[in-house]
Amino acid sequence: MIRVVLPAHLRVLAQVDGEVQVQVGGEVTQRAVLDALEASYPVLRGTIRDQRSGERRAFVRFFACQQDLSHEPPDAPLPGPVCAGTEPYLIVGAMAGG
Amino acid sequence: MSNVRVLIGTRKGAFVLTADGKRENWDISGPHFPGWEIYHMKGSPADPDRLYASQSSGWFGQLIQRSDDGGASWAPVGNDFRYDGEPGTHQWYDGTPHPWEFARVWHLEPSLDDPDTVYAGVEDAGLFKTTDGGQSWRELPGLRTHRSGPSWQPGAGGMCLHTILLDRSAPGRMFAAISAAGAFRSDDDGGSWQPINQGLHSEGIPDPAAEVGHCVHRIAQHPDRPSVLYMQKHWDVMRSDDGGGSWHEVSGNLPTDFGFPIDVHAHEPDTVYVVPITSDSHHFPPEGKLRVYRSRTGGDDWEPLTTGLPQRDCYVNVLRDAMAVDSLDSCGVYFGTTGGQVYVSADAGGSWAPIVRDLPAVLSVEVQTRP
Repeated sequence: MIRVVLPAHLRVLAQVDGEVQVQVGGEVTQRAVLDALEASYPVLRGTIRDQRSGERRAFVRFFACQQDLSHEPPDAPLPGPVCAGTEPYLIVGAMAGG
Repeated sequence: MSNVRVLIGTRKGAFVLTADGKRENWDISGPHFPGWEIYHMKGSPADPDRLYASQSSGWFGQLIQRSDDGGASWAPVGNDFRYDGEPGTHQWYDGTPHPWEFARVWHLEPSLDDPDTVYAGVEDAGLFKTTDGGQSWRELPGLRTHRSGPSWQPGAGGMCLHTILLDRSAPGRMFAAISAAGAFRSDDDGGSWQPINQGLHSEGIPDPAAEVGHCVHRIAQHPDRPSVLYMQKHWDVMRSDDGGGSWHEVSGNLPTDFGFPIDVHAHEPDTVYVVPITSDSHHFPPEGKLRVYRSRTGGDDWEPLTTGLPQRDCYVNVLRDAMAVDSLDSCGVYFGTTGGQVYVSADAGGSWAPIVRDLPAVLSVEVQTRP
């Protein structure tokens, strides 16, 4: 299982506390994790990625294993510890807005 | 005894204010959706406990919330607002073509007779419709694809479709207003549209009398006299007596004719309310005095309403969707400010009192009158 940490506003929206876990079939990529997340929590569609383009929203960032993955290709494999479930995949609301 | 429910959208959440017909003692619930911008919230005329709210944030985009119990509980519904086909371009601030990009829902206008049907006015300007209670939305592209669309340009607040009026007297007739394109009318339930800006004069555009390009801030209509429309334009308060076919200025003796909201008394079609604001570069009331102006003659002759409103050191603004009237026998008038105050007058503007003073900046005010 892939561990995913959501920002506070999206936890409220998805009605979850703490981390969520999603099952990903095949290679574990950002796109696969986000697809699985949105399948489990349809209310999150459009809040992380633009519904039309599928691109990351401008003020959402993706972190894992102390790395900023926000600009990585969506189909690149995620770090091994994320795939193994020992480290979470972090979806973060960017520090913006003063 | 009749009562009222006031729906307040703010920069940081929604609030629901309720009172009996005296409108003196208020219950306040909220914030609902704390931390999110609530551009607009409105109830269905056909089912007053069916409410819709536009919830958005710069981080996480657009959501639509629906309540089936008068705001006690809410559930998100559909938020996929895709323009019909390839959306093309409008003019950007520098005059270059810019792709139409959905930003947010500014205004939700529920159908007069079906709780599941709602129109949504969005930025970049477009009109959407749901017929399944908000689960899915489809664009009515006739407005955005009007031949003038590629020349529309955003105002300072974005290119927003902010006003939707449904005409009770003529099925299929509706009005929309866009900053900074102007006012438009449809007679086929939003299928096709025509600009209705004849008579508007805007010094800030190259051709002051152009067919489109006017920064219309708000239009209002009384259901008993649907051919008469009132408009608060960027500058100028305007009136049309022929359903928008032509407009004439009724700013009269206002201290300034810049402002945002305009509304009509529930029982007196000639009684109109505006909130004059100093200028487009000074978004606060003249002389630091918060004054609603009322005309009982359909414009031109205006009186200041000041009792209970701050008459010194007041530098708030009142935004375009932040005024509403109830339909109790003694018409109530409500408005919210960017300073977080919501004021009520239970006597048609004669005197005012704050319902609440310290909300986040108020974006919208709607009121429901309940038997």
